[in-house]
Amino acid sequence: MKKSNLVIGLLVLVAVIAAVMSFEPSETKKRVAVSGKVKVGFVYVGPVADAGWTYEHDRGRLAVEAEYGDKVETVFIESVDEGPDAERVIAQMAQDGANAVFTTSFGYMNPTIKVAKQFPDVKFEHATGYKRADNVATYSSRFYEGRHVLGLVAGKMTKSNTIGYIASFPIPEVVRGINAAYLAAKSVNPDVKFKVIWVSTWFDPGKEADAAKALIDQGADILMQHTDSAAPMKIAEERGIYAFGQASDQAAYGPNAQLTAIIDDWAPYYVRRVDDLMNGSWSSTDTWGGFDTGMVALAPYGKAVPDDVKAIAEEARKAITEGRLHAFTGPVNKQDGSPWLKPGETADDGTLLGMNFYVEGIEGSLP
Amino acid sequence: MDYGLLSSILHAILVASTPLVFAGLGALIQERSGVLNLGIEGLMIVGALAGFATALSGFPLLISVIAAALAGALLASIFALLVLRLYANPVATGLALTLFGLGLSALAGAQYVGQAAPQVEAWNIPILSHFPIVGHAFFSHDPLVYLSITLAILMWWFITKSRAGLILRAIGENHSAAHALGFSVIGIRFLAIITGGALAGIGGSYLTLVQTPLFVEGMTAGRGWIALALVVFASWRPLRVIVGAYLFGSVSIIQLHGQAVGISVASQWLSMLPYIVTIGVLVIIAGRGNISHKAPGSLGVTFKESK
Repeated sequence: MKKSNLVIGLLVLVAVIAAVMSFEPSETKKRVAVSGKVKVGFVYVGPVADAGWTYEHDRGRLAVEAEYGDKVETVFIESVDEGPDAERVIAQMAQDGANAVFTTSFGYMNPTIKVAKQFPDVKFEHATGYKRADNVATYSSRFYEGRHVLGLVAGKMTKSNTIGYIASFPIPEVVRGINAAYLAAKSVNPDVKFKVIWVSTWFDPGKEADAAKALIDQGADILMQHTDSAAPMKIAEERGIYAFGQASDQAAYGPNAQLTAIIDDWAPYYVRRVDDLMNGSWSSTDTWGGFDTGMVALAPYGKAVPDDVKAIAEEARKAITEGRLHAFTGPVNKQDGSPWLKPGETADDGTLLGMNFYVEGIEGSLP
Repeated sequence: MDYGLLSSILHAILVASTPLVFAGLGALIQERSGVLNLGIEGLMIVGALAGFATALSGFPLLISVIAAALAGALLASIFALLVLRLYANPVATGLALTLFGLGLSALAGAQYVGQAAPQVEAWNIPILSHFPIVGHAFFSHDPLVYLSITLAILMWWFITKSRAGLILRAIGENHSAAHALGFSVIGIRFLAIITGGALAGIGGSYLTLVQTPLFVEGMTAGRGWIALALVVFASWRPLRVIVGAYLFGSVSIIQLHGQAVGISVASQWLSMLPYIVTIGVLVIIAGRGNISHKAPGSLGVTFKESK
C-alpha cells in the first residue's frame, strides 16, 4: 500500500512540475506579442494532416508567415470540436494576446460571435458562416464554381451515365455543390444521373470508403465527394474508376483516378486580411470569393482527361472568372417542378447561401 | 434483383464487419477474465498505424498484421500493469488508454498521411469462389476475413471446451474463489489483456490495410466503442460476436445502398442502433435472470491478493 502511495505521490509531483514549467514559455510569448508584433490565431476543426480542408487553411497560415516574416506571429490549435469547447479555445487565443483569430469551420459561428463580444479589441474572422459583428468578419469561397467545372468533366467522361456523390450534412454549402455539379453535368450529358449518399460525418474514412464502394457497386463510374478524407479517392483508384479530389490535390491517393480537384486556396485572403490588420484598415466584411479572387483553384487535370473535355472545362473556368458565366443560370426548376430561375436569370447570393432544395432531375430527398 | 449487386453488397458487409469481429473478440476475452477494458478504441488505432507503417515499408501482409498485434499487445500491457499491479481504476484507465492511443497514433502517424498502402490480394477459395453470387460474396476475400471467423470459432472452443478456458471463466466469475483454488488471477488476466490488445490491434490494422488503405488520425471513428457494445449484445459469447458484428455491418452497408437507390433512413438512427440494441439486450438479460447470459461476476472489480 505504502509503495503505491509513494508512486502516485511522485507522479503528482512530476505532473505539477511539468505544468509549472509549461506555463513559463507562454508568459514570455505574451510579452513579445504586446511589444508590437501582430499575432494571428487559427482554430482548425480537423488535424493539419487531414490532407484536405484543414491542411489548406494551414497552408494559408504558412503563406502569411512567409509573406510577413518577423512582423507576424501565428499560432494554431487543431482538431477543435465544434461544440462548447470551441468557445474556450477561441477565448483562450484572444486572452493570449492574438490580434486576430480565424475560426475555420461553420460550427464555430456562435462561439466566435460570443467570444467576440468579450474581446472588442480583437478581430475575428469566421469561415463559411453568416453572422457578423463590428469585430467579426466572414469569408468563404464559391466552391460551387469549381463544382460546375467538375460537373462538366464528369458529365463528359461518364460511360455509365451515373455519378456517385458522397455528401456530409445537408447544409446549404453541400446542397449547392450537388446542384451546381448536377446542372453542369446535365448540360453536357442529358442522360446523366446522380446518386447521392449522405454519410452524416465530415470525416470517417471507413464510412466514406463504404459509401464509395456502394456507389461503385450501383454503377457509378465517377465519384464526387463533399467529405474531408481521401478514402473515396483511394477506393476509386483501387476499383479503376475516376474521382475528384476534395479541398486539396489528392493525386497522391489516386494517381490514375483523380480527374482534377477543387483546391481551397485561402492564402490570398489571409495575406490580404493580415495586411489590413497591420495597417489599421481592417473592417468587418463579408467575402465570398471564387475563381476570380484565386480562393478557388483546380488541380492539374489527370492524364485520363481528353483534350476536348479539358478545353470545355477551361473555357467554363475562364468564363466564370471573367464573370461571363454563372453556375446557376436559368431556366432551372426546383426538384418538385416549381420554377426557380427564369431563362437567363442567375441566382442571387441570398438564395444560394440558404439553399435547401434540390434542383429538378436529382433523385431522392434531402435528409 | 440484380444478383451481381447483391453479391457485392454481401461482400462489402463482410469487409465492413471484420474490424468489429476482431475488436469484439479482443474485448470479449478480457471481459471473460473479469477485466473491463474501455481502451479498445485506442488499441485499435495504434494497431491500425503499426500495421499500415509496416505494410508501407514493404513487408507482406502477415508481418504487418503481426506488427499490429504486437503494438496492440504492447499498449495493452501498460493497461495491465496499471490495473493489475498498481490497482488503478479500470474504467478511468481504459478511457485514458483510448485517449492516449488516439494521441500517440496521431503524433507518430503524421508522417504517413498522404501515403497509400499496397493492395491486399484476395484469397479465392478453390471451386467455392466460382459459384455465382456466394462465390464473390463469401469466398473471395482477403485472408483476414477468414482469420476472424477462425479465431471466433477457436475462442468459442477455448472458452467452452478447454480446461484453460474454464480457469479463465472461473477467474472472471469469482476471482477470490479462483485465487483460493490456487490459480494465478493476475497472471491469467495479464495474458487475457495482451491477447485482447493484440486482437484489437489486428482489428484496427484491417481498417488501414484492407477496408480503407490509408492512415489518418482518428480513423477508427468510434469502432472500438461499438466493439464493446457488441460484447454485451453477444452476451459474452464469441460466436454471437460474429452475428452481432455482421448484423451491424449489414445495417450500415444496406443503408448506404438504400440511399443510392433513393430510400433513405436518417443515419443518426443507424449510428444509435448498436447502442440501442445493446441496452435492449441488457434489459432482457436483467429481466430473464438467466445465469448463462449474465456478465462475468467479477467484471471490472479490482483484485487484490490478500496476504
